[in-house]
Amino acid sequence: MTPDQIIFLLCAALIVSSALMVVTTRNLVHAALWLVAALFGVAILFGLLQAGFLALVQVVIYIGAIAVLFIFAVMLTRREMRDKGPQVNQNWGIGAVLALLTFGGLAYILSSWDGFSSTAKAIPLGTDSLMMLGKALVSPDAFVLPFEVASILLLAALVGAVFIASASKD
Amino acid sequence: MSIPISWYLILSAALFSIGLFGVLARKNAIAILLGIELMLNAVNINLVAFWRYGKGSIAGQVFAIIVFAVAAAEVAVGLALIISVYRRRSTVIADDLDLLKW
Repeated sequence: MTPDQIIFLLCAALIVSSALMVVTTRNLVHAALWLVAALFGVAILFGLLQAGFLALVQVVIYIGAIAVLFIFAVMLTRREMRDKGPQVNQNWGIGAVLALLTFGGLAYILSSWDGFSSTAKAIPLGTDSLMMLGKALVSPDAFVLPFEVASILLLAALVGAVFIASASKD
Repeated sequence: MSIPISWYLILSAALFSIGLFGVLARKNAIAILLGIELMLNAVNINLVAFWRYGKGSIAGQVFAIIVFAVAAAEVAVGLALIISVYRRRSTVIADDLDLLKW
């Protein structure tokens, strides 16, 4: 057991248990807070994979923006329905079976791949992956088009969200 | 780096399945969106793991960033829709929103 493996296993336990709490807990504010815990575990995994910038982006965007947005939405929409009655619909058994089948199928397909247990080579000294990422995002022969499409998508989503949620329409 | 890639792949498969269960089983529309967030995070773990274990292409990280942007857009529009629906019908239970059902 190397330190990397111990960190990974602790993170995996955190992520899986928090994700299970997200889908099973009754109180939705608690579910959103468990989502924050799961997202934080994923950020640690990004750090373990030496993608430090993505770990930072995960904390800033997911935890800082998306999770807070969820908590606001829960508080804006709950009145008396919050903790009464079952929180799952009548098809939850089928859902559980489908989820287990998905996991089993994915694990089976992945385990038949011959690169399944390969380990990573060390990143060569002097490569700056953050610099590569920045250049790839704006270079015309790499990913500038998906990058601009993503920005237009964000603008459209912003305008659409403001329009849909604005109160004084009719 | 002594962790085989299989650990990351199995973890992300488990996270994806948990999110799928949340999407299929929860009644509350906001809880369904929470499940979708879990699934998107599972995808991101896979993308970054394949970037790290691959052959030096940066495309995995670029795709992860696009997924971040799409997730932010999806949550903003989805929660705006839920708030709008709640304002008109006073419910966020997905089963009750059957206006378009024949």
